[in-house]
Amino acid sequence: MINLKLAWRNIRGAGIRAILNSLVLSLVIVIIIWMQGLYDGMSEQMSRAMIDMELGGGQLWHPAYDPYNPMELPDAHQPLSDKLKKYVAEGKITPILVVQGTMYPHGRMQAIFFRGIDPSQDIIQVPSRHLDNGDGYSIPVIIGKRMAENSNLKEGETFTIQWRNAEGVYDAADAKVIHIMDTPVSTVDIGQVWMPLNQLQSMMALPDAATLIISKADFEFSGEIIGWDFKPLSFLLKEVEALVKSKQGGGMLMSIVLLFLALIAIFDTQLLAVFRRKREIGMLIAMGMTPRQVGRLFTLEGSLYGIIAIAMSAIYGIPLMIWTQVNGLYFGDMMDDFGMALGNTLYPIYTVSKTLAIVITIFLIVLFVSYYPARKIAKMNPTDALRTNT
Amino acid sequence: MTGKIIIETKSLVKQFSMAESFFTALDSIDFTMNEGEFTGLIGPSGSGKTTLLNIIGSLDKPSKGEALVLGESIGTLSAKASAALRNRSIGFIFQNFNLLPVYTVYENVEFPLLLLGVEAEERRVMVEEALRWVDLLDKRNSRPGQISGGQAQRVAIARAMVKKPRLVLADEPTANLDAANSHHILQTMKKLNEDLGTTFLFSTHDEKVMTYLKRRIFLVDGKIDRDERV
Repeated sequence: MINLKLAWRNIRGAGIRAILNSLVLSLVIVIIIWMQGLYDGMSEQMSRAMIDMELGGGQLWHPAYDPYNPMELPDAHQPLSDKLKKYVAEGKITPILVVQGTMYPHGRMQAIFFRGIDPSQDIIQVPSRHLDNGDGYSIPVIIGKRMAENSNLKEGETFTIQWRNAEGVYDAADAKVIHIMDTPVSTVDIGQVWMPLNQLQSMMALPDAATLIISKADFEFSGEIIGWDFKPLSFLLKEVEALVKSKQGGGMLMSIVLLFLALIAIFDTQLLAVFRRKREIGMLIAMGMTPRQVGRLFTLEGSLYGIIAIAMSAIYGIPLMIWTQVNGLYFGDMMDDFGMALGNTLYPIYTVSKTLAIVITIFLIVLFVSYYPARKIAKMNPTDALRTNT
Repeated sequence: MTGKIIIETKSLVKQFSMAESFFTALDSIDFTMNEGEFTGLIGPSGSGKTTLLNIIGSLDKPSKGEALVLGESIGTLSAKASAALRNRSIGFIFQNFNLLPVYTVYENVEFPLLLLGVEAEERRVMVEEALRWVDLLDKRNSRPGQISGGQAQRVAIARAMVKKPRLVLADEPTANLDAANSHHILQTMKKLNEDLGTTFLFSTHDEKVMTYLKRRIFLVDGKIDRDERV
């Protein structure tokens, strides 16, 4: 208790230097927690958006389907079995047919993927119901906002599409943009043209065929589905996790640099104090403290910077974090540059466990940084300390 | 002689290791000091005054021989036991005052009492009394940087005296003071010696200090040359 009192007096006496040290450390604490919250928010938001727009509760893939290997795509389809058709009729799954093709918006040629989807499905949030509003002359299609910007297409505009069907015959037709969807998930947007499933099956001469099947969130397939590979969400979201981790790596590096700078300030203050306050140390020993006690006093003094910084962080950090968690952070189109399925607004998620882990870790590092210079005191000869000119 | 023996050294030797040899700072020092004395170790620089004072103050240990201070053998004391001895019974006054710069005058004087675990109210009474002895009660909230050298040394005296130690060791207490301030603090210490019976041991080569001393021990090259009682 006495040490705490003395350490507090020393900190108080250090004035502006103590405030600056603690303030810098508190900024680092808040920034690290905030960044962790951003990454957790990103991960959650991206996973949620991808589940809603693309993944559903899991997928069945044709064994030849590989989203990164378009060469296999012409063979990656098969008709649905009766069992699967029953699930479709019950609204538990929805089939998607994916094929390669070409579009010619405003005379330009663009390689694309056609995605056939049942207009009446409600398993993913692609607004497929719009596909029922065709004019009967051209093929109704839905494209994403980014795709519309890239190809300079607007709602109601018509353009030519070309494809090669299952028998190797090339064909072309007019397609009309029925709806432009605004989605944070770029994989259902960029390079994707959505059209009614039966239309695409008929174009490709592949009746009842699908490349992949998306299941409803709470639906579990009973038994093995022969001829299809089940891909659970844990597999489908691996990429998201990897992406967040890679972003987190950069963020972590920044956190380490910031923390390092703040700790250097404390280390510097404490190490310099051992030299600058040598005579004071000698005097403390002369007044009846053991060198170890003085070392403990200096360690406590250094760790008080950490405690003050944590208190400061709580004062302005907690309201700031609550505000950002409720209102989100508006990044606008910048989010697209992240290459992530995120909206314009990012909602950070702060968890008590992670926040506590960050605070405790930083405090322990501060304690170590304060303890290290104080070790020198234990080895100090009091008569030398008293003789010094500092 | 005014009381019982408070300090006793027997064939006390202190050597410091040099590159390949030893420098003998104190060579066979034998002397005793009684409670209530107002004594000075006198000698030029390098004569061993401060070294002897440091050993008596349990800040250093003898290389050979024995130093008994308040019944404790300094050479055999653990770090904790010497700290306890200093804390309980010895006050220090240094030529550089050595006040804690971030503390106020009051807090500086209060410090030894905090280490002794004295209760807050009792502490307040004792600190105010000590500041009254040195006539600095009005400076209680000043910091060391805001007071003069003479006042700073008076604070150091108050700090050394506040716990009413049996022994006060003063290492060149007037070295950084002008004549007027030197006399002022010497008179203060003399009065405390007379009023409270505190034993004072000085190290000095200041003529002004010598005039106040009741006993003068002259050191030359680490040996006692003369021991005079006034």
